[in-house]
Amino acid sequence: MTATIGPTTPRGARRPRGARRTAVAWLFLAPFTLVFLLYTALPTVAALGFSLTDLRGTDLRHPLAVDFTGLENYLRLLADPSFLRDILNTVLFVAVGVPLTMGLGFALALALNSGIRRLRGVFRTVFFAPVVTNVVAVAMIWQYAFNANGTVNKVLGAIGFAGPNWLDDTHLAMPVVILLGVWRNFGIAMVLFLAGLQAIPQDVYEAASLDGAGRWRQLRHITLPLLMPTTLMVSVLLTVFYLQVFDEPYLLTGGGPLGSTESVALYTYQQFGVGEFGMSSAASFVTLLLVTLVSIVQFRLLRPRA
Amino acid sequence: MTTIAAPRNADMADERTRVRRRSVARPLLYGALVLCALLTMLPFVWVLSGSLRGLDEIRSDPGAWLPHHITLDNFIRLFRTEGFGGFLVNSVVVAVIVVAGNIVAASAAGYALAKLDFAGRRIAFGAVMASLMVPFTTVFVTQFVITVDLGLADTLTGIALPGAALPLSVFIMRQYALSVPDELLEAARIDGAGELRVFFRIFLPLAGPAVATITIMSFLYSWNNFIWPLVVAQSTSTYTLPVGLAATSQAAAHVTDYGLMLAGAIVVMLPVLVLFLFLQRYFVQGVAGTGMR
Repeated sequence: MTATIGPTTPRGARRPRGARRTAVAWLFLAPFTLVFLLYTALPTVAALGFSLTDLRGTDLRHPLAVDFTGLENYLRLLADPSFLRDILNTVLFVAVGVPLTMGLGFALALALNSGIRRLRGVFRTVFFAPVVTNVVAVAMIWQYAFNANGTVNKVLGAIGFAGPNWLDDTHLAMPVVILLGVWRNFGIAMVLFLAGLQAIPQDVYEAASLDGAGRWRQLRHITLPLLMPTTLMVSVLLTVFYLQVFDEPYLLTGGGPLGSTESVALYTYQQFGVGEFGMSSAASFVTLLLVTLVSIVQFRLLRPRA
Repeated sequence: MTTIAAPRNADMADERTRVRRRSVARPLLYGALVLCALLTMLPFVWVLSGSLRGLDEIRSDPGAWLPHHITLDNFIRLFRTEGFGGFLVNSVVVAVIVVAGNIVAASAAGYALAKLDFAGRRIAFGAVMASLMVPFTTVFVTQFVITVDLGLADTLTGIALPGAALPLSVFIMRQYALSVPDELLEAARIDGAGELRVFFRIFLPLAGPAVATITIMSFLYSWNNFIWPLVVAQSTSTYTLPVGLAATSQAAAHVTDYGLMLAGAIVVMLPVLVLFLFLQRYFVQGVAGTGMR
């Protein structure tokens, strides 16, 4: 660290990539690179390796002594009905959760961007607050509110409905889990949409209303097309998020009842928990594959046609 | 979406319907926003009212909305619960390591990526972007193996280390550094300042807002992180608050001690919510930062 402050030869504004310059730059990058190699790059490669072996928790001291088993873990996964069910659960979480989160976030962003002044800051604070709220704490509140005698059923009872035991019902647990996901994340979508809306130049709208375009047509023909990059980004972000859903089902239901809310990430974690590291890694690669696939497809589908 | 300034050449009839429509739309809009805000706030109302109710009251009438008698009994019991104070301390220690690590690592890396021209820059930036996308479930098994091999299993350092140089932090700093004019740095270089000097004396003093955003975001990450501490912490002495709370609540749920659970939830939520109220700008910038590609 001390040797780098030295005399520099005077140079022009554009300087060649000297070896020294490169060395200095990598010195700046060293702390990040170290953590990246150790905790992201190496683990990703290793996980692929692990997924092709029968590594177990008990083999940890000698990870190289395990047997190479090829695609056996993946075949076992595909033959495991509970894994297939978990994929379906995860897809359901994404397919319902992403549009709900985006729709709510977009509607609120539109409302907050519609020229209202009063309470605007308060609304934004309220809608963003769930994003920063600790999930363990919220899950606890959700359990308290959605148990058989909970607050939610109290309301339902008051208007004459007998509330079910939400989290113990194989059909109702998933909606509650999704609701928690939406509640936690719509603030992110709202903030990103708001930033996108504010980046649209105001005179485009003025020109459109001069031409007699109503608010609905302005929304359809100006706002939505110009907002496409934001929409794409938010949808990819949320999909990648939701494909990895773990906290909500783990904390609310533990994946139950009868596995009806168990996600791929939860499966991965459980395999890890029982010491099946190879299987766990294989399952995690299925998530990685899904994440990559979805990103590619969404970029293809939603890319604005030039 | 209405334009505030009405178009000049619009005829009067059109103008009048427009005004009338807006005067109807505005209260409707506020009504919808207030309703959404109330629904969003519901969990906060529940947790506050629930945590202030006595144990008997919760048992006899679990779903009531407001406490009959306000009591701090749950909080007192919570801090008497073995280890809870320790969880709080652990969370603070981990957060301090994570925030310090992110400030150092991300400032340096973000600056280099934006302001230095060197071999491998594209690869380095690609690494940052790629690691934003890698699922946690893909890496955590090996991360755990590495943590064990480094002798850091069941330690606070082991919990903090993987989050000590978050790609999001690097990205935020790089975006910020791009907006700093090259001329400033170049002037210092022509005056004979070395790269480290330029970084510390010229760039860092300008990078305050980005450092603030990174501090907030990495604190938020660390304070709310659940699954990784859950994997690494094996004894209650290294539990962070969320892990400890989850364990406490699982125990409390068996005896349906919701009061204790909700009091715990308040203790976990409050520091971040208070920070958020005062430093909202940085939270929002940090999140919006992920979208500024």
